Amino acid sequence: MTTDEPAGTPREPADEPAAEPAAAISLQDKPAAPTAGEKPDNGDSFMSVFLRNLWSANTVTVTVLSVLLAMVIGAILIIVSDPAVLDTFSYLTARPGDALNASWTVVSNAYADLFKGAIIDPAAVTAWANGTGTWRQVVFPISETLTYAAPLVFTGLSVALAFRGGLFNIGGQGQAVVGTICAALAGFLLPLPPVIHLIAALAAGLLGGALWGFVPGILKARTGAHEVIVTIMLNYTANLFLSWLILQKGIQQSGRSDAISEPVDSSAQLPAVGGEVRVNLGIVLAVLVTAAVAWLLNRSAFGFELRAVGANPPAARTAGISVARTYTLLMVTAGGLAGLGGATQVLGTAHALTTQVAGNIGFDGLLVALLGRNRPWGTLAAAILFGALRAGGNRMQSFSSISLELVTVLQALIVIFIAAPALVKAIFHLRAARSARLGASMAKGW
Amino acid sequence: MSTTEQSESQPSPTTATAANPTPTTAPARFWDRQRRLGVGVVLIGLIATVVFGPLAPSKTARFTLSEDAAGAALSINGQLGTILFGLVAVVAGGVLLAGLARRFQTTVLSLGILGFVLSFLCWQVAGKFLPLVDTASGTLQLAVPLVLGALAGVLGERSGVVNVAIEGQFLMGAFGAALVGTMATSVWLGLFSAAIGGVLIAAILAVLAIRYLVDQVVVGIVLNLLALGMTGFLYERLMQTDAQSYNQPPRMPEWRIPGLADIPVVGPVLFDTNLLVWLALILVFVIHFALTRTRWGLRTRAVGEHPTAADTVGIRVRGLRYLNVLLGGVIAGAGGAYFTLVATGSFNKNMTAGAGFIALAALIFGRWTPFGALGAALFFGFAQKLATYLSVAGSSVPSQFLNMLPYLATIIAVAGLVGRVRAPAADGQPYIKS
Repeated sequence: MTTDEPAGTPREPADEPAAEPAAAISLQDKPAAPTAGEKPDNGDSFMSVFLRNLWSANTVTVTVLSVLLAMVIGAILIIVSDPAVLDTFSYLTARPGDALNASWTVVSNAYADLFKGAIIDPAAVTAWANGTGTWRQVVFPISETLTYAAPLVFTGLSVALAFRGGLFNIGGQGQAVVGTICAALAGFLLPLPPVIHLIAALAAGLLGGALWGFVPGILKARTGAHEVIVTIMLNYTANLFLSWLILQKGIQQSGRSDAISEPVDSSAQLPAVGGEVRVNLGIVLAVLVTAAVAWLLNRSAFGFELRAVGANPPAARTAGISVARTYTLLMVTAGGLAGLGGATQVLGTAHALTTQVAGNIGFDGLLVALLGRNRPWGTLAAAILFGALRAGGNRMQSFSSISLELVTVLQALIVIFIAAPALVKAIFHLRAARSARLGASMAKGW
Repeated sequence: MSTTEQSESQPSPTTATAANPTPTTAPARFWDRQRRLGVGVVLIGLIATVVFGPLAPSKTARFTLSEDAAGAALSINGQLGTILFGLVAVVAGGVLLAGLARRFQTTVLSLGILGFVLSFLCWQVAGKFLPLVDTASGTLQLAVPLVLGALAGVLGERSGVVNVAIEGQFLMGAFGAALVGTMATSVWLGLFSAAIGGVLIAAILAVLAIRYLVDQVVVGIVLNLLALGMTGFLYERLMQTDAQSYNQPPRMPEWRIPGLADIPVVGPVLFDTNLLVWLALILVFVIHFALTRTRWGLRTRAVGEHPTAADTVGIRVRGLRYLNVLLGGVIAGAGGAYFTLVATGSFNKNMTAGAGFIALAALIFGRWTPFGALGAALFFGFAQKLATYLSVAGSSVPSQFLNMLPYLATIIAVAGLVGRVRAPAADGQPYIKS
């Protein structure tokens, strides 16, 4: 509904093309300093500069407003899908208070549960203080958030890294699926001692994903086949392969007729805190890998090459960089990252292959990368936000009986607004930012 | 960025030939496209003859014209048929390889592939029977949503807007048809609102892609997720709690054209069916004609290939793109209605399960043309139908691998291993008037 709004709002036609075509990927990786970046000139106080920049279309403001807009649309969805609340709207003119109260109650309860399920539940804290609860209940929401975030960090980094090299890796899903397959197979087929087994299983996931990323990479480099088409097709190929593999003898769990594999040996599982606190080593690994990717991107020779290729392939070729080699290596690396994400999922939480084991982590990773503006640490933060939405969504579903699907809607809406900063700018009449780095679009076809 | 990307994805012919992973590494001039194809066809023919042949039991394979095992049928000894048709493929490949019949390359190639498929069928059907009418009809029915989705893609992409959101349009169409169809107890209102559902997604795609210049693939993927979440959410809130009043749309009636429906095989398949089948087939002809013979078609193609030139001669680039994407939304939404009003009779969460991406594959495999899309959709539909037949018949060939066929075929096509597909030149590039 809000999407129609910009059509009605007045806007200056001149500012729109100017804001957009800004280079999506610049070689500079300095985060656009949102507020205090500009020196207060002509005697303005720091506060006035701060306030002026606060309402400009900079990264932070647009992100916050995008989340806000998505929540508003989500609230509308909650209201219109609740028959009891809708009934109160039938006599809106007679007693408007009823409708407003009912709407407010259902929406605020839902979002309160979202918060309690994702960050902290005050009731659990009081219970712990009174001695009736345990510390586990207090950290449970955070643990859930981080548990859901860990695989998304990997798939998000996979997409973000490829983006920086000018490639659009939609194949995160397929690469993650192959990652889960390889990690799980290594997890229950190889008889290895504890620590080595875990490392071997993670490496298997990494290699599986890298293999699945190699195919679009080499095809792009050698024949020019567009990576978006190839990766979309490989996603479904991987899914079908998984659904076949899972029913084979020796893979399928003995004594089961449904599609589930043997469980991963405990020696190959990512160690968790224990009990209801599910958070495991995966999130630590995710932070380490984020640091590694940040280093790779900003400090290594390969990172420089891939950014150069991403910014301008012919120029990079003229400068002596092999574009074909960069594309292939980049897709292998991106695939490996997504494969690690799949491995984290199966070794950390799922512990056995099912047809849905990878869930939607590949496609969510795409959203996470866009939200994180294709920067490693931004991606980590975005993944944690998505993990929080997912963890809170679980509680919202069981306590407020609001479908978990609302979280998918929120996530998609947030990213739509992020991807179209001009839209947010038009809705809120934001000023143009000093540093025009919001043109997140890559604007290319196939 | 956009222009460099384009030159990147279309490498010069020299790199293409040098890079093509052919089974042999002979000088490029002798091993032209036709000879490479020939090698491939000979290889699959040999596989059919040498591998399928001995595996096939020496029993009768019956391709029946009626629904049951009795009645008129084309019969052949399974093993004999397998080897025979395999040899047909080998000969066709040999003709290509020898460089004969250059003018009939496509015919010979189709003959080779047909031989391979028939050989495979003889192997699988040996000792059993395959009802031809049911297979043909199932193929067409499975192809209908794919054709409609691919046509939506044709409209958008020929005018330069990449549409990856076909899946989302399907879902919204299927949902709208189920919801409104049930509430109004009318198939036609259901179909109408399915089109509205498709247009809704198309409108967001159009505004974001054309006006706000967001990357079109990004928008498409995100819109798929939005449609998935939106329909899933409303399904759980409305349809799951009260299926009676929200999720029991009337089914689309099957119409029988007297006279024509009595033609053997073709009659029951084409003339005893529902409106959407005819709609899909008619639209293929209409859009083909419109694209190649009308002013609108010429302008659409101009806008998709070279928007600046089109703008120079006074064509409204953005307006035409809006129109085409929205029209595509109508068609894809109607394709979504197929899932609820024809196939199942109720909406379910994520019920399209990737059909939108198969439609996208059909669009690309069909080289962005209506008839190509129809052919690709029929081929993919046949693969799906065969997969279900084989899994019911307890075949040793896993149905999952047959279901991979559309995806693998598309990868092979875009990689230029068999022919070369080329997107409209300005596909996916927003037009900024300078």
